[in-house]
Formats: sequence, C-alpha cells, structure tokens
Amino acid sequence: MSSVSPSVADLGLPGGEPSSAQHGGQGSGRRWGRRHPPSARPPALTAAGAVATKAAGPALAVTYLSLLVLLPLAALISNAFSGGWSVFWNAITAPQAVAALELTLAASAIVAVINSIAGMVIAWVLVRDDFRGKALVSAVIDLPFALPTVVAGLTLLALYGVDSPFHVNLAGTRLGIGAALLFVTLPFCVRSVQPVLAELDTEIEEAAASLGANQRQVLWRVVLPSIVPAVLAGAGLAFARAVGEFGSVVLISNNIPFKTLVASSYIYGLTQSDNLPQASAVSITLVAIALIILIAIGWVRRRFDIPETI
Amino acid sequence: MKRSRWLLPLRYAVLVYLGLLVLLPVGTVFFRAFQHGLGTAWNAFTAPDALHALWLTLIVAAVAVPLNTAFGVGVSLILARHRFPGAWLLDALVDIPLAISPVVIGLGLILVYGKTGWFGNWLAGEGITVIFSVPGIVIASAAVSLPYVVREVLPVLQEIGTEQEQAARTLGARPLTVFRRITLPNIRRGLAYGVTLTTARVLGEFGAVAIVSGAIAGKTQTLTLFISNAFDNLEPESGYVGAVALCIAALLVLAALTLSDRNRDAWHGKVSA
Amino acid sequence: MQRNSFLKARRATAVGGLALAGLAFSALPAGASGGSVSLVAYSTPKPAYTALTAAFAKTKAGSGVTVSSSFGPSGTQATSVADGLPADVVNFSLSLDMDKVAKAGLVSSNWAKTPTKGMVTNSIVSFVVRPGNPKHITTWADLVKSGVSVITPNVFSSGSAKWNIMAAYGAELKLGKTPAQAQTYLGQLLHHTAAQPTSASAALQTFLSGQGDVLLDYEDDALYAKKQGEAVSIVTPPQTILIQNPIAVTKSASPAAKAFVAYLLSPAGQTVWGQQGYRPVLASVASKFNFPQPKTLFTIDSLGGWTSINKKFFDPETGIVAKVEQQLGVSTASG
Repeated sequence: MSSVSPSVADLGLPGGEPSSAQHGGQGSGRRWGRRHPPSARPPALTAAGAVATKAAGPALAVTYLSLLVLLPLAALISNAFSGGWSVFWNAITAPQAVAALELTLAASAIVAVINSIAGMVIAWVLVRDDFRGKALVSAVIDLPFALPTVVAGLTLLALYGVDSPFHVNLAGTRLGIGAALLFVTLPFCVRSVQPVLAELDTEIEEAAASLGANQRQVLWRVVLPSIVPAVLAGAGLAFARAVGEFGSVVLISNNIPFKTLVASSYIYGLTQSDNLPQASAVSITLVAIALIILIAIGWVRRRFDIPETI
Repeated sequence: MKRSRWLLPLRYAVLVYLGLLVLLPVGTVFFRAFQHGLGTAWNAFTAPDALHALWLTLIVAAVAVPLNTAFGVGVSLILARHRFPGAWLLDALVDIPLAISPVVIGLGLILVYGKTGWFGNWLAGEGITVIFSVPGIVIASAAVSLPYVVREVLPVLQEIGTEQEQAARTLGARPLTVFRRITLPNIRRGLAYGVTLTTARVLGEFGAVAIVSGAIAGKTQTLTLFISNAFDNLEPESGYVGAVALCIAALLVLAALTLSDRNRDAWHGKVSA
Repeated sequence: MQRNSFLKARRATAVGGLALAGLAFSALPAGASGGSVSLVAYSTPKPAYTALTAAFAKTKAGSGVTVSSSFGPSGTQATSVADGLPADVVNFSLSLDMDKVAKAGLVSSNWAKTPTKGMVTNSIVSFVVRPGNPKHITTWADLVKSGVSVITPNVFSSGSAKWNIMAAYGAELKLGKTPAQAQTYLGQLLHHTAAQPTSASAALQTFLSGQGDVLLDYEDDALYAKKQGEAVSIVTPPQTILIQNPIAVTKSASPAAKAFVAYLLSPAGQTVWGQQGYRPVLASVASKFNFPQPKTLFTIDSLGGWTSINKKFFDPETGIVAKVEQQLGVSTASG
C-alpha cells in the first residue's frame, strides 16, 4: 500500500496502540470519536441513523447535481423542442451546424489523445524525476485554467498568430484550434495521473524488477495498468472541456464557417441572434454525443479497476 | 527505484512541451502586465471597479469551491465504495458541465432561475434574486467547475482500495472516524489537485458568468468580465494586470495546498514526492 | 461525509478574512442622494459614457446622481433586460434589439416616436486599413480585388456585422446593381473574408494582431481606436449605411433616468457624443463637427427596415447570408 498513508494504529481505538509519533496537525487522535460510546445509543436509533446517513449522502449529491446541472439541462431540452421536432431537426442538420459539430468532435478527440500521452509523461517526470525548478514547473501547469479564456486567446494569438515571434502563423487554421485546446486541457491530463502515480507503491515495481522483468515490462505490466483509469479520467475531462471550449479558441480560429467555426461559437452566434431553440438544439446534441463518449470511457475505466489484492 | 536512462531526455521533452504550451503564454501575460512599469500596473490594479471585481471573484470562489469540494468527495466515496444500478450514469453525468459550452450553461440557468424561468415566479415571490446577482454567479461558477474534485479523488480512491478502511471498521471505528483518519489522508494529494483545479476554473470562468451576471460594473462584474471589458475598450494594460491577479490567486491556492501537504509529510518524517 | 476539520478551519478563516475585506469595501461611500440610474448598453460606447456621466454630474439635473452601468454585446444585453436585468436606460446598437425589449413589455412600444425617432447617435460603416492605406482600398469594389482580405464579424453573433453586410448590399444597389447582383457581391465579399470574429471588438483585435487588409467597422469604434494610438487609417466608403443607435427609458425608470436621457439628447450631451466620435442626431450639433460626408448615405429603412431584413438575410437556415456561406462552404469545406 502507499507509503504515506497512516496505519490503523493511528485510530487510537481500544485494542489498537496509538502511535504518538504519527499525528498530524489536526490534534491528537486520542481525543476523537469517544463522545458517544456505541453502547450508550439505543439500537433502533442507530439503525435508523445508519439508513438515513446512507441515503442522505446520495440524495444530497443528486439534489446538488440537479440544481446546478440537471435542471438547466432539462430546461435546455425543453427549449430545444419548444418549436416542435421539425425546428429541432432543421437546426441540427443545418449545414453549418453539421460542419461545426464534426470539426469540434474531431479536434477534441485528437487533442484528448495527444494530451493524455503528454499528461502521462509530464506526470511521470514530475513524480519520479527531480530537478531544480520542478516546483515552479508543477505550479504553472494549472495556470491555463485560471487565465480567463479571452486572455488565453489573445496571448496565443500574439505568440502563434500573424505577428508571431516564431514566424509561425496558426491563425485561421485548424492547427491553431488544436493549440488552443491543448493549452486549456493540459491541466486535466497531468493532474489526473499525478496523484495516482504518486500513490503507487514502488515496491511492486522493484519486486518485479528483482524478479527479472526489464524496464519495459515493468512499465507495461505494472505501472501502466495502475494508471490507465486515471489517464482515461483525464482524457474524458479533456475531451469534454475541449468540446465546450469557446473563448480561447475563437480568437485564433478566425471563426470561418465550414472551416474553423467550432460548435460553441456557432451556438453562441445562434443565442446572440435570438435563435434560442436552435441554440439549445445544437447544444444538447453536442452534449448527448459527448455523454455517450464519456460513458464509453467510464466503462473502459471500470474494466481496468484493479480488484483488491494482498 | 532504479533511475531510468530515459528520464533525462524525457525531462527535456516535457520542459519543451510545457515551455511552448504553457510557460510562454503565461509569461507573456505577466510581461505585458508589467511592461509599462510597476506604477502603471498598480494604478490599474487599484482602480475601484478592478478591486471590486477582484473581491467579488474571491467571494464567489470562497463559496463555490467548498461546495464543490464537499460534493466531489461525497460522490467519489459513493462511486468508489458502493455498487448500485445507474452508477455508470452518475459517473458520466458528473462530467457533463464541461461538455456544455459555458454560454449555454448560463442560458440553461436563466431558463430555470430567470424571471420567466421555471422557478422564476416562486423566486420572485420569496424575494430571492438569483440571476443578475451574486447567487447566480456562484451557481454558474459551481456548475462549470463541478467535476474536478470527483475526477481527482475517485481514481485515487479506486487505486488505494478499501482494506485499510475495512480493517478499521472491524476494529470498531465509526464511519466518520474511518473517513477522517484513513480515507482523507490517503486522498489528500488528489483532493489538493482537485481543489486547485476547481479554484482556478472558478477564477477564470467567463462565458456562463457573462450571461447570468449582467456584468454591472461595481456590482456583478467579476474579474474575468472586467478583463474582457478592458480588452474590448482597448485598455490592454488593465486587462493583463487583472489576468496576473487571477494567476497569482490561483498560485496562492496551489501553494497553500501543497505546503500543507508537505508539512504533514515532514511531520510524519516521510519523504514527499 | 464531512471535510477534514483542519481544512475546514483554514477555509473558515479564509472566508472570514474575505468577509471582513468585503465589509471594508462595502463601507466605501455609497451613492449620493440625487437618485440612481441603471444603464444597460452595447459594448462600444463604454468610453463615451465615462465622459458623458462625468459631464452629466456637473449639470444641475445630474448632480448627485449615481449611474451604474453594464456593457456587453447588444443582443445579449437586450435578452438580459428581457430576462430581468435591472435597467432604467437602455441603449443598443440596432433597433432590432430595442424591439426585443419592447416585446417583453419593459419599454414602451412607442419608443421610436420621439423627435429623433428614438435614436441617440448616428455613425456609418467605415473601412479600417493599415496606416497609409498601402493597398489603396477606397471603394467596395476594392474589397473583392484579388489579394485583398477582409475582416468582418460573424453576422449571427454581432450587430456590427449586420450593419456591415447591409452597408455592402445597399451600396451595390446604389451603384445600380440588381438585387441578384448585389447578392453575388456578398458572396465575393465573404469569400474574401479571412476572419469572422464573434464581435466588433474581437474583429478589431484580430485586425490589430496583423491579419487582414481591411476591417469593416463602426466609424465611432475606428475613431476611438485611432485616439487610443492604434496603427490604423480610416477610409470613408463613397456609399455607406447610416448606423442609428436607439435609446429609451424603461417603464419603471426613475426621474433621474429620464433626466439622464434628456441630457444625452440635449445639445450639451450631443456635443460630448460628437467629441467621442459619434455623429450627433441633432442637426444643429452635427454641423459643428467635421465628420466626412459619404457621397451616398442610405438608411436601413430604405432597404426595408430591420425586421424584414433580419428575416430575409440573417435567418440561420433560410437567410440569404446563410445560403451564401453554404455555397462557399461546400466548395471550400475540404480546405
């Protein structure tokens, strides 16, 4: 198991020996959890309390999710069909809509794959390597997120647009879209893998190596399967974010219909010109497709769920 | 662990990738913010509308991030420790806010909480304003940053397994104690990253907030809206200074979380990764 | 399912600290007793309103009045007002957006029945080119010459873009072309368009980043860019459309708001508008300024008015522009 987890001895329970050297800043474990010894509570209350607690959690979670996401989504669906099926169908089969959806889904998928690989490698270097300035490098990885998308867009345009100091001009190209999407999705792919990699017990790898496995085998058969669920989680996040990304892409893409107009920008145009049912229609189509892909990724992730061993 | 001979070229490849993709753009922002001198930057930063925008953004983060953290840890525990029909759906739904363009999330929120929305009449009757005021901004920010804590904590929970928790329970520990003393320390790193991502996302949110806030300067204009406005009005200095403020806020959050992590490890006498 | 108490304590401290800071900020001087005005406007006139509110505060009617303002894309602002964004005064880029608010019952349907037809400022569609106009772009025909690339916002997300397209279309009609030929011209124009950013400001940013040879923009926006020291030259096309920006008070407006709008339409207010680069609607004030006069100036009404134009040209599925884009797209989609 992980070398940084506390041991059961830390619980300070009768029958376990409290280890005095192992308590963190939140106070000595000896004082916790003994206000209501289990024997003092009536059994019925305990049972009811247990059921309530079991149901309260998921109920609370679903309520929160509903208020924030599910209800607005339902409202959008209702709005999308407010003009009837024909309005919905025309909206999502409009040539510009189809082109935008294709471009967005393809670009997002490619970016998710690239950054999944890059994220794995970066996480590996951050966890297993050590060099001066590593902390700084690690810190800046999250910054693409904190930057408002408009700033990200302007900066990318300045660096990789017409006046680029590198004499590359990605403005108005699909490569430019890719660059912007890589920029905003990188934190997911790194931060998904990093904590899992850090928690990996190197003893297993060392054991495998001492048993004669070469480096490639150790990587392929020990490390990789452990981090694949995390990589996929990051890929899913990256894909979903890329699909919905607007501000940072739209400036460098030049927004040309059929060429570099992404779905989010097309939808934005529809909302601005008062075509709300059409905007809702294209939105929920995009979300539905993304949802299917996320469910597929989730299914693959669960197949890699390593059953508890030793 | 034996040092791999691939580590050095890998390190350089990573530095180049990060340099081109992240460090350069972020560095450009910092450069442009201070291009005209510290004094100009300070003036831009302390303008009343700018300060109010910063304060509003921080307050929104202070509410939205803990909410999403609680939700994220809770849902991760549910998904990692229990099997129930529909778990796969809950898992996928959590990621949905990302796939919806922020502008559309804003639209959806207005359709539900706006004056003519589903709850519009009830809210008006209770005297609660959601849209075009701070609560709406909080909801929009929380909605767009919903998945991050779950996606960071869940894989870690799945990786570490349940044997320690089970052992603790058989020794008589109550669920809360198990969580506090076993689970939480194990997920601390993932949780820290999740909270940082959530915070950074909330700080940088633009599209949804632009729709639900009304962008009233000095009242409901967050820092991102202020920055966007600055660029629209050909005042890039103000815009870049605001962006730097956001980056610094995000860095502070990450530093606070990483420091606490390292302190705890040092206290335990363990080597931190 | 509670969070660790240490994290909780730290968070509580942070929130507490911020709350204190918040209290400190809210203790800043509140609005004066002269009344308050909520202004909701499109994004371009923000700098102008800074000057206007300052000048208004110096008048008797305006002393002590606080003006809180919200600026954003014209369409979004109109929708927001219809959705409940508090507003006393609304000022949009085109009358379509004012009609939206009137339809929601927040502004009188007679908003246009004023001496200035409900408008507060005029402008025109101009060509913005590089300093010195190296490609000698002076007419609409020059825009579609080989080697010239145009920047104009996307017609679905930007009111400015709609003005641009109708300026181009109307100019062709004024040059004696038939509607079908004018439509062909639109196709050529869009073929030469290298970028269709989401808004007028984004289009300006794109142009300033080095792309394109000519930007189609509001004259007042171009003048402001020039004033800010940006490297641009402004060319007035020989035929162009008169941009008319509507203003109105909402039905629930305060007396201070009515006074504010009265000021904006007064000779003093119109003079400030003129200094900010907007063509005054009051003829007496307009004559004091030296705005370039195009040979032929036409209005949207001469083309049929926004309501019918919007349907005919800008419907996302059946509109003329959508069809033109589609024809272009089908041939260039593989590119």
